[in-house]
Amino acid sequence: MSNIALIAILLVIMALAYHLGLTRSRAVAADHDVRMHSRPGYYGVLVALWCGVPALALFLLWSFLAPQLIDTLVTQQLPPELIASMSERELETLLRRVSALAEGRGVAGGGNDIELAAASHMARLQTFENASLVALMAVLAVAGLVYARRNISPQWRARNHVERVVTVVLAACSAVAIFTTIGIVLSMLGEALRFFSFINPIDFFFGTTWNPRFSSSGSGGQGEFGLLPLLWGTIMVSAIALLVAIPVGLMTAIYMAEYAPSWLRSIAKPAIEVLAGIPTIVYGFFALIVIGPFLSNVGDLVGINIRATSALTAGLVMGIMIIPFVSSLSDDIITQVPKSLRDGALGLGATKSETIRQVVLPAALPGIVGAFLLAASRAIGETMIVVLAAGNNPVLHGNPFEAVSTITVTIVNQLTGDMDFASPQSLVAFALGLTLFVITLCLNVIALVVVRKYRQQYE
Amino acid sequence: MSTITIEQRRQHRLTTIENSLAKRHRKENLFRRAGLAAVLIGMTLVAILFISILIRGVPAFWQATIFTDVYFDPEVIELEEKPQRGSDESQFAFEERYLEWMTQAGRVNWQLLIDSALEDALGVDVEPRDLRNLRALVTSNERYELRNRFIENPSLLGETVEVKLLASADVDVWLKGNIDRSLDAARLQLSAQAREWADRLYDEGVITNSFSTSLFLNTDSRSSPASAGLAGAFMGSLFMMVVVIALSVPIGVCSAIYLEEFAPQNRITDIIEININNLAAVPSIVFGLLGASIFIGYLGLPLSAPLVGGLVLTLMTLPTIIIATRASLRSIPPSIRQAALGIGASRVQTVFHHVLPLALPGILTGSILGVAQALGETAPLLLIGMNAFVSSVPGSPMEQSTALPVQIYLWQGNEMRNFFEARTSAAIIVLLGLMLSLNALAIWLRKKFETRW
Repeated sequence: MSNIALIAILLVIMALAYHLGLTRSRAVAADHDVRMHSRPGYYGVLVALWCGVPALALFLLWSFLAPQLIDTLVTQQLPPELIASMSERELETLLRRVSALAEGRGVAGGGNDIELAAASHMARLQTFENASLVALMAVLAVAGLVYARRNISPQWRARNHVERVVTVVLAACSAVAIFTTIGIVLSMLGEALRFFSFINPIDFFFGTTWNPRFSSSGSGGQGEFGLLPLLWGTIMVSAIALLVAIPVGLMTAIYMAEYAPSWLRSIAKPAIEVLAGIPTIVYGFFALIVIGPFLSNVGDLVGINIRATSALTAGLVMGIMIIPFVSSLSDDIITQVPKSLRDGALGLGATKSETIRQVVLPAALPGIVGAFLLAASRAIGETMIVVLAAGNNPVLHGNPFEAVSTITVTIVNQLTGDMDFASPQSLVAFALGLTLFVITLCLNVIALVVVRKYRQQYE
Repeated sequence: MSTITIEQRRQHRLTTIENSLAKRHRKENLFRRAGLAAVLIGMTLVAILFISILIRGVPAFWQATIFTDVYFDPEVIELEEKPQRGSDESQFAFEERYLEWMTQAGRVNWQLLIDSALEDALGVDVEPRDLRNLRALVTSNERYELRNRFIENPSLLGETVEVKLLASADVDVWLKGNIDRSLDAARLQLSAQAREWADRLYDEGVITNSFSTSLFLNTDSRSSPASAGLAGAFMGSLFMMVVVIALSVPIGVCSAIYLEEFAPQNRITDIIEININNLAAVPSIVFGLLGASIFIGYLGLPLSAPLVGGLVLTLMTLPTIIIATRASLRSIPPSIRQAALGIGASRVQTVFHHVLPLALPGILTGSILGVAQALGETAPLLLIGMNAFVSSVPGSPMEQSTALPVQIYLWQGNEMRNFFEARTSAAIIVLLGLMLSLNALAIWLRKKFETRW
């Protein structure tokens, strides 16, 4: 029986159990002429839970363990001398062939006698396994149903039980976020450590040359993995982006918060939100076909050699991308500054711009700095714009008109194509990712702490 | 005498103030104009972005297409009748016979039909050595289109039907003027003969610019760029969005409800909160690394599968949805909760019967924005192999597939720049259209259900 059908049947039985619980609780109430502790629906849900949850748990555990058990049993059936002559990898291939045969699919070469015998053995085991799973699930479901239905009495606090289950489920959902973080840290740390078993961390963090070579060029071609050119490229592009985005974004926010008439605000606010949602690949393409050639032409006019794909192109477009981000964050923060501060300054005879520059902005400064830090972290982690428009040239130089490479670009370059988790050429992506994660984490934590402090100040 | 001094001093002070006031007002104006300028700069840049993509992309929705009569010549199509299943025939035997017939149909030289149709349209008899020029006019996939058409309807044999043949990408580029016509012959993509024919057919109205359905109905194609379309990428994105909606919305909403309504104020809750805020700002590519290492490396899920892409995007959008839902729950005034608790509802009942329905519009808006964000995300998908070339429409979330933004990335890197630049822009317009309508929907929902307590 296929798993989906099994789950579907279980769900049907659970619906039935709900109904049984419901009617039973009503009958009990009518028989004894008492008020039940909970409303009938809660008894129904509780019976359904008793019926479904143990069976479902068994199902999950079973589908995790049973294949491994079957593999072990089949392996024991194989001739010992054959197993002794095989490496672990060959054995795995053999088992995969056997299971393909057992499922009735063909394999290359048709399978020899040993394989066919093992396959029929495996097929028998699988049938047995499947049948026993169905039987056990049925027993558990019926037992749970009968037990819970018996238990229905006016004293049984069904609502409290159901609500406890609901709370546990909710809490489990919020644990997903924690597990994501743990997953990120562990996976990157694990792979990065494997990378550092090939390459000395000092060479990685302080190396000034990036030349990974290809993984296919043999184990002798180790290549050089120096982080500094990539880090420098990242900083250069992000700095250009912030130089564009901070003045424009901040002035936009000030204008929106302090000067703009309400009709303009009601149009511009959603428009800015929509802009923040444009995919970065679109900005990247824009940089590649419009801004890059334009800058290059301007460079020709002025007499500077500007490459079409350069740190400047990528930085400029990235700046355009984070303008809405900076402006909407700063806008929120500026509008949070209490009105009394403004009124005080205006009452003393300050003009509006003096009020903003000398009273509102200093008061909002921590929050605005926090917004800038968040913008910086976004610029550092941005990928598609730099992949398309920065030119991928991992060399340490200070010329913004030249092509550069960044951490994110290199992660993409090293990890697309073949997925070989054993070579330093692929593994370096995780070391780079870890570096990126740590940098952005620091920026985010500082920014969040600063913004939170600021909020509390005026709440 | 002293009164005069006071008077003078007052006068002096007034002039100073007036002078400085003029200066201060100038500064005020300057500052205000700087603000307006910033808004205008931002808007102009965005306008340039949209206009430049529209100018490049909109023409690509219309494509050079040849309308001509094709004669299904029985001398070329030497095929038996299409097998019908006999009553005493087993399914297996029939399938074998059918496959054999299909193989034969595949061996027919369908290109010959197109060649003679074009010859008729041009009114010329093409020498075998010039066939290359003739075949350069029509994109190479069209012979398979003819084959499929015939297989579907074998009664076409001996008939003459008007068909729509996509002109090749080179012809499209030539006719649209996307290539400089004054370039020397060696750098033009078409031969002199083919160029002349293309111009002639265009003047005669055989080749017209008609709406490009292939952009929406076909999958990506390498051998036949003119018929490359978005269908595969669209399905891939659709599967991913289904996974994202099915996982990240329920998990996100549940976890937001827990944190906002049930979680005790303690260390662990604090950690979860900080952690979620942090995850929202983690670069998307890091989630790609997570997917590559855990879902593909450790769990052994297939490369390029929309399921894996959906899982990665789920983890990525989860914080957005949690934060939006929490904000929405927080905006429900405590009086609602107190009223429900006051008449004896439990906390779970209060939340699910009263708070949640009121917060639903906000939750919906946040979820739509989160899904829109996931729809446009590219970087993490590159790391889980979704940039592979896939020429079929995926039928399930476990099959190889690509996605809309990744297809854009692939097309922008295509060597045939003067054709694919327009194609890429058209794909961007499609993607932006989807995303903007999602965003507009979210904003509309918020406006419609907005309540001020």
